[in-house]
Amino acid sequence: MNSYLLETFKAKFPDDVLDTHAFRGDETVLLKKEALLKAAAFLKDELGFDFLMDLTAADYLPREPRFELVCHFYSSKNNYRLRLKCPVAENDARVDSLTPLWAGANWFEREAYDMYGIKFEGHPDLRRILMYDGFEGHPLRKDYPLKKRQPRIPHRE
Amino acid sequence: MGLETVFGHSFLTTRLDEAVNWGRKYSFFQYPFVTACCGMEYMSVFASAYDIARFGAEYPRFSPRQADVLFVVGTVNEKLAPVLKRVYDQMCEPKWVVSFGVCATSGGFYDNYATVQGIDKIIPVDIYIPGCPPRPEAILDALIKLQEKVSKESVLDRKYK
Amino acid sequence: MDKKNAETPKNWNLETLEDGRMVLNMGPSHPAMHGIVRVLLTVQGERVHDADVEIGYLHRGFEKTCENVTYNQCVPYTDRLNYVSPFINNVGYALAVEKLMGIEAPVRAQYIRVIMSELSRLTDHLTCIGANAMELAAFTVYFYLINAREELYRLTDAVAGGRVTPAYTRVGGLTRDLPPDFKEMTAEVFKKVRKNLSDADKLLTRNRIFYDRLHNIGNISKEDAIAFSFTGPALRSTGVPLDVRKATPYLVYDRFDFDIPVGSNGDNYDRYLVRMEEMKQSMRIVEQALAQLPDGPINHPDFNVSLPSKEEVAGNIEALMAHFKLTFEGVKPPKGEVYQAVEGGNGELGFYIVSDGTGSPWRMRVRPPCFALTGGLSKMIKGGYIADIVSTFGQINMIGGELER
Repeated sequence: MNSYLLETFKAKFPDDVLDTHAFRGDETVLLKKEALLKAAAFLKDELGFDFLMDLTAADYLPREPRFELVCHFYSSKNNYRLRLKCPVAENDARVDSLTPLWAGANWFEREAYDMYGIKFEGHPDLRRILMYDGFEGHPLRKDYPLKKRQPRIPHRE
Repeated sequence: MGLETVFGHSFLTTRLDEAVNWGRKYSFFQYPFVTACCGMEYMSVFASAYDIARFGAEYPRFSPRQADVLFVVGTVNEKLAPVLKRVYDQMCEPKWVVSFGVCATSGGFYDNYATVQGIDKIIPVDIYIPGCPPRPEAILDALIKLQEKVSKESVLDRKYK
Repeated sequence: MDKKNAETPKNWNLETLEDGRMVLNMGPSHPAMHGIVRVLLTVQGERVHDADVEIGYLHRGFEKTCENVTYNQCVPYTDRLNYVSPFINNVGYALAVEKLMGIEAPVRAQYIRVIMSELSRLTDHLTCIGANAMELAAFTVYFYLINAREELYRLTDAVAGGRVTPAYTRVGGLTRDLPPDFKEMTAEVFKKVRKNLSDADKLLTRNRIFYDRLHNIGNISKEDAIAFSFTGPALRSTGVPLDVRKATPYLVYDRFDFDIPVGSNGDNYDRYLVRMEEMKQSMRIVEQALAQLPDGPINHPDFNVSLPSKEEVAGNIEALMAHFKLTFEGVKPPKGEVYQAVEGGNGELGFYIVSDGTGSPWRMRVRPPCFALTGGLSKMIKGGYIADIVSTFGQINMIGGELER
């Protein structure tokens, strides 16, 4: 039982849509990462999704492709939400940046880079945002230990 | 150090100690290094319901050169640690440090890659206040304990040399 | 001093600064940087030419910590996200997990959650305006509003046991019920809060100095606000009437009659007015909710979700086993992912939870409203004076715990 939105999406990008489903009222589209920018432009210009509410990533470590980029869109006119997910492989962790469409994607993408190491092509200033510059590694990856601290100044005692 | 130590351990020095300590403890100039949720209780203590002004510690000096008590309020993480050390180093003697809340005392329940497990790993601390966040009455109690600690100091202490 | 501490953005070229421009650091430990945000400015005299906002000084690893504890153990961590409005975080998180499980809390619990959320919204706006007024040298207003907040803290203390960090909700309901005289206590507290609010209003709203410091400062247009993903009072001050409570009503918000204040200019003064009016609307909602409050249980009846009562645990073997499993392994939602949005004090607070069927979340993401707001901050302060940064930064109400989790 698919909705009008998911059907439109599948009709517009037949080769790139990998999967669609709806769980507990949330509609999700799984898309190839090369089609992200044009799909987002389609959502913004033609379907009226004016807000990019959230852009983040998730790490599904034993599975290949390892990462998944998750974007939440919201349309204030139609009061509709959509989730777009793109699988990203570890050895080719590069995705197109959404900053040409939404200026707010700037900081969300910096955080995804900082926490997971996914690089965004076309981002004006991709650097760490929550961790400091000398930090090695990407903390939210599943193989980064929870308690591994990297002190910036030597601790006493 | 100066003229005041000429007499060594004597009656005049202890009278001097009392006077100096009386002045110091009833007029703390705090440097509130506020980071996180404990800042809400700090704001409550600062306001008029639980008044910290009646202890003389009312005026926050936002410059380390002019402050003598460093209130480290809230979590300190690894990115902020050099900043805290710098602020502490910029303060002149006599200076005291109050570690406000569990996160500053021992890292709180944030035992992970980002948090320093207690600011005493960076700077020496005089009073620890537990609580997440501590009630304003606990803070006033800590302030009274700090006053008692200051009243036991002496101008002949090693740290004032 | 080691070079790592003196970072400037890579695309700033310090050698080519001309016209007497200088780089100024509004450092992390600064009285007006609520909590710790570092703003690197290129200024010419007092005019800000370029700004780079650097955050991360309060990053506490919330998301990674939550992947290692059970669902109910995450609730105290959510308290400390937006620590001026802790109930809203608790409610949002509980709603997200309940959506994942496909259950709903009982009606009485939903009403109480609405009441506590609105009380939290009151404390949030009171703190924002109080702190902002203090930074603009209106010290008396700070004392009036923080006293009003103290009264509200006494209420939340009576209900949940904690002033600032209550950890009040659980998956499927609440920890404890309201105290029996809550309605009378709230009526008294609201009388005092209304009085303090009206005093602050008389002191600030038509005050020439306050008006000059806030009007036409920190402007942002409607299109820019939407592009930066602003939500909440900052977005409503530009003229977009978007509020999650009205757009997609959650809990029992559709049973109450309240308005959404909308500004027009997108400047600091409009944000201030939107917040003052929202506080009055919040009190209206609480009074309606208390009038309609039904009786009933406050926890979901299923043993796999909420802890059974002590009589059952002592008597019934299934209840005993459920108690053990819930305490050690936690609630186990089915596999899947959800996104639940609630209206926080600053805008849309979203929880995105991915579950793998075990008792701990696989991925727990918080969409912080003030992350988007602080992302747009550099655009709002460019071209203004350094002194305007204080009022702009105060009116977007950046809360460190939420910004950096």
